Amino acid sequence: MNQQELQALRTLIAAHKRKDFLFGILGIFALMIGVLTFLSLFANMAIEGLGRIDADFLTSFPSRRAANAGILSAWVGSTLVMLVTAFAAVPIGVASGIYLEEYAPKNWMTDIIEINISNLAGVPSIIYGLLALGLFVYTFGLGQSILSAGLTLALLILPVVIVATREAIRSIPQIIREGAYACGATTWQVVRDHIVPYSSAGILTGIIIGMARAIGETAPIITIGALTFIAFLPPAPFAGDPPAGMFDWLFAPFTVMPIQMFNWTSRPEAAFATNAAAAGFILVLMTLAMNGLAIWLRYRLRKNINW
Amino acid sequence: MSSIPLTADNLDSMSSPSDRLKVDHFRHLKERVIESIMFLAAFVSVVTTLGIVYILVSESTVFFRQVPLSDFLFDRQWTPLFDDAHYGIMVLLSGTITSSVVALLVAIPLGTIIAIYLSEFAPFVVREVAKPFLELLGGVPTIIYGYFALVFLTPLLQKIYPDLPGFNLLSAGIVMGIMIIPYVASLSEDAMKAVPMALREGSYAMGATRLQTSLRVVMPAATSGIASAYILGISRAVGETMILAVAAGMQPNLTFNPTEPGATITSYIVQVALGDLPHGSIGYQTIFAAGLTLMLMTLAFNLLGYYMRKKFREAY
Repeated sequence: MNQQELQALRTLIAAHKRKDFLFGILGIFALMIGVLTFLSLFANMAIEGLGRIDADFLTSFPSRRAANAGILSAWVGSTLVMLVTAFAAVPIGVASGIYLEEYAPKNWMTDIIEINISNLAGVPSIIYGLLALGLFVYTFGLGQSILSAGLTLALLILPVVIVATREAIRSIPQIIREGAYACGATTWQVVRDHIVPYSSAGILTGIIIGMARAIGETAPIITIGALTFIAFLPPAPFAGDPPAGMFDWLFAPFTVMPIQMFNWTSRPEAAFATNAAAAGFILVLMTLAMNGLAIWLRYRLRKNINW
Repeated sequence: MSSIPLTADNLDSMSSPSDRLKVDHFRHLKERVIESIMFLAAFVSVVTTLGIVYILVSESTVFFRQVPLSDFLFDRQWTPLFDDAHYGIMVLLSGTITSSVVALLVAIPLGTIIAIYLSEFAPFVVREVAKPFLELLGGVPTIIYGYFALVFLTPLLQKIYPDLPGFNLLSAGIVMGIMIIPYVASLSEDAMKAVPMALREGSYAMGATRLQTSLRVVMPAATSGIASAYILGISRAVGETMILAVAAGMQPNLTFNPTEPGATITSYIVQVALGDLPHGSIGYQTIFAAGLTLMLMTLAFNLLGYYMRKKFREAY
């Protein structure tokens, strides 16, 4: 190989290495766009809204005057709706996951359920709002209530909970089941004493991620026609005269954090934009805390489990 | 044991070694009941789908009895709440398509680059930090992104294009794209990570660089996964609601120009829901017809994704 060819080869290699290096920089740059957007979003809300957040903001009802307005009815509403969502989505989601992993026979019915769940995960959230409007609000007559909203969000996060449950269960080695069955355990005993305890951290992660998604969902709740101006609290849960009065809160009108924020965002006055930023900041903090908790749990889990 | 008198009463128990091994019919019954309950829980998702289809189709049928399908598809105006009512879904579709195209122009290149970088280039530490971060980015409520597009990005873009109106599809689309990046990136990355190491090693052994290996070996091998990541991105963009409702204005506008305001199928539904339309009126039914259109679009993308996964699946 003469000197010239060698030189050409070296140039070629150098050019390719340079491209490699440039792509590395491009990759970091692309990641940075995501990071910077996130930081500027967070900083923007903090700068605009942090000054507005005080005890009064948390304990006041919405008002026509921006300076007096607060998010009391919004965060109480969000909490109550989340309560209903958790009560509906957790048992149904976990049971579905367990059924599909531990009980389901291999037949067309199981195939339908599985395909259906992956399809539901891709259905836009506003479609769930239309379902709830037609079914819960008008057909079942539940009205524009906390119950309707909670059930809607429960259906929305059901695929998340089911998929997380299934993944957690699938990571349990087969020998655990075989050992239990060899001792004469029934399927239910295996599930209750082994499958659920060992997968509980993974399931919990899925539930938290689902709830974090539900708390920020706006579109389906607007679609069922939740009011945006609520200057009263729903009755306290389980406080009324039993048995009927205890569930009054389920049928109360309500507003939630994202709707309150949307309401303030859509007003032209600057003072309301500040309120929107403040409410948004609290909302972001809540979802970040929940997602962060889930990520941390998963990290712990990955580190600690040795079968 | 022999002290037990042999009578007709306890002959039965004598013949079996232990009571505990007796067949317990109740035990089986309990198992059956529990299994049925579990099955019912799993069946809730099927009922949900049936419910969605039933509600959308039944309300839309009432709608299409009053508005011919040809008007719905070909009319160039969307004014369902005016006296001179027109129901041209094309107007809303144009907003949906324009904003989705902008979003995908942002999300697909950036998401793919991030996926390649994280899967093939990034050091371990960067990946361990970046993946949870992307997940956090994907967990931010969309109303927050909408607010961000309206009060941060639009004024920023107005410095470059002074003519840009306060509500526009462009800034909503860009922010929507950033929102979709985590979905595209993490699914594509998973697909690339699943490509066996031996393929990369073969490529490196031939003297290929990382970039050549990523683009010519790993990406083709991961096509089915990457394609379904893109399709998920598309259906997210088409179904996204709040960013558009906040930042794109909600006025129906037959345009493919992203610098104009516009309504999408989703933001129209929000707009109607915010108002006070009586149950059963034609205006009320339009949102179900619009919802059915949206549902059919996402269903088509889902089927396409399913087909792509099958067609390009590489088994190792």
